[in-house]
Amino acid sequence: MRTLVRIGLALWMAGWILAVTAMAEVTESEELGAAAAEEVEPAIDTGDNAWMLTSSALVLMMTAPGLALFYGGLVRKKNVLGLMMQCVFLMGLMTIIWALWGYTLSFGGDGAWIGSDEFLCMQNVQSQWKDGAPDVPMEGTIPRLTHMLFQGMFFIITPALICGAFAERMKFSTMVVFMILWGTLVYCPLCHWVWDGGILAFGSSSASSIGRGGALDFAGGTVVHISSGVSALICALLIGKRLGFGSEPMPPHNMTYTAIGAAMLWVGWFGFNAGSALAADGIAASAFAVTHFGAAAGALAWAAMEWIKRGKPSVLGACSGLVAGLVCVTPAAGFVQPMSGIIMGLAAGVVCFFACTTIKNKFGYDDSLDAFGVHGMGGTLGAVLTGVFATRAVSDMADGAPLGLIEGGTIITGQIAAVAITWVLAVVVTFILLKVLDVTMGLRVPESEEIEGLDLSQHGEEGYIFI
Amino acid sequence: MQKIEAIIRDFKIEVVKDALATQGVRGLTVTEVRGFGRQKGHTETYRGAEYEVEFMPKIKIEIVVPAERTQAIVDTIIQAAKTGQTGDGKIFVSDLAEAIRIRTGETGKDAI
Repeated sequence: MRTLVRIGLALWMAGWILAVTAMAEVTESEELGAAAAEEVEPAIDTGDNAWMLTSSALVLMMTAPGLALFYGGLVRKKNVLGLMMQCVFLMGLMTIIWALWGYTLSFGGDGAWIGSDEFLCMQNVQSQWKDGAPDVPMEGTIPRLTHMLFQGMFFIITPALICGAFAERMKFSTMVVFMILWGTLVYCPLCHWVWDGGILAFGSSSASSIGRGGALDFAGGTVVHISSGVSALICALLIGKRLGFGSEPMPPHNMTYTAIGAAMLWVGWFGFNAGSALAADGIAASAFAVTHFGAAAGALAWAAMEWIKRGKPSVLGACSGLVAGLVCVTPAAGFVQPMSGIIMGLAAGVVCFFACTTIKNKFGYDDSLDAFGVHGMGGTLGAVLTGVFATRAVSDMADGAPLGLIEGGTIITGQIAAVAITWVLAVVVTFILLKVLDVTMGLRVPESEEIEGLDLSQHGEEGYIFI
Repeated sequence: MQKIEAIIRDFKIEVVKDALATQGVRGLTVTEVRGFGRQKGHTETYRGAEYEVEFMPKIKIEIVVPAERTQAIVDTIIQAAKTGQTGDGKIFVSDLAEAIRIRTGETGKDAI
């Protein structure tokens, strides 16, 4: 029952955000009509703003209920709340950090390595009194507030993805501290490097040597998926396997949650990818198509692999496949054609299938919910394939110069450089953080608490009380 | 008095309940249980991890009857619950020391 209440709360929040958005849009069009003559700054494009606020809500929904259900169903019954608490609590925690220093470190100023204090505590983001009237800082055709919100939802879900690696055994207090530090020291710099003119940003001056010209990353192949997936692998290796892993049965306690969660992730991903166009334009439509086709192809590919190798396609296979497809097209969404999205989705379904079965079993690490297998591997594959399939016909990023290998372009060098640098950042910082936290706070719960289950030991609650 | 415990296939509960009613059995207790005997379980696969599931879901019926009715009731249960396949279940009969109706305090045969 408690899990249903949490789902209800998350849905209520999302619904509230949408409702307020709808009300605000009515007011803005009236304002525009009156102020058009005197406006110096670019006016708010109501279509862009409406789409971006909607996308922000969609991406938030991906964390909870989407990921909360997807991951929640995969763990054992005694740990379902532990996992959902991680998702819900991170929604709160990462939001506050983003408002205070996350946004400014990611998007402030013009530095090559890190953001300035331009947007600290929402200054120059929120409305200010200027020349006798409220002034709304703009980011292109949308209020900077909208941009901040949209990007903030990414800042929430990226750490939540890592939770899949250490599910069922990590100490909650340590996780909280880890995420504050990881968000600040991995996500913000990486976001700045790729998306705010830093050392990995395509075509930026800072990127010309270190970044080999920079990388195209439309919605976060490097910033979100490689960073979280690779960090997840380090977490799985350093925190160690769950008690009984390999000998005790640990099947998913509720595959229906996982299926529902996967569907929510698919829908929410339209906000994640198509919203990364930062406008309600042709690129958004193209990204939406690539996203959708990638998910579809991924689902079919993974299910087909199971059908061939095991004789039966499974729900978990189809759901994992669609997520893998979505991950793979994330960096490519606004740069490749929809048919390329199908190819990328198929590739991801196959590659991630092997990563989560053959490779994981061979090396024997306990990446409990396959955060590395799907996000780390899928993101790496996608970032590289973006270098293959990117075409100026979708988005002319280099003044008419060809982009991907399919049209004779050479951006793939920058893609590989970005992948490598992201891996190094994620591995090194995550390793250091975990070592320090292991000594100071301890990473795992004690054995007795792991056996009892995180729901009771960390939160004093039970997910299901039927009698 | 004797206590009859019957472990039967879960989908057979309605059929058995109706058959017991024809024999005058007006009350019974039912629990969902898991178990195995000679019936084989099945294999489930989740992302390449295989699990042998040995415990099969069954239903356990508990009824208390006058000793002279035991044989007839056991035969009724068998007839209703049987499919002929491995996994039909088992019936256990034991002697019962006492039965009491909570509301009235009646004991013995007046309580069942």
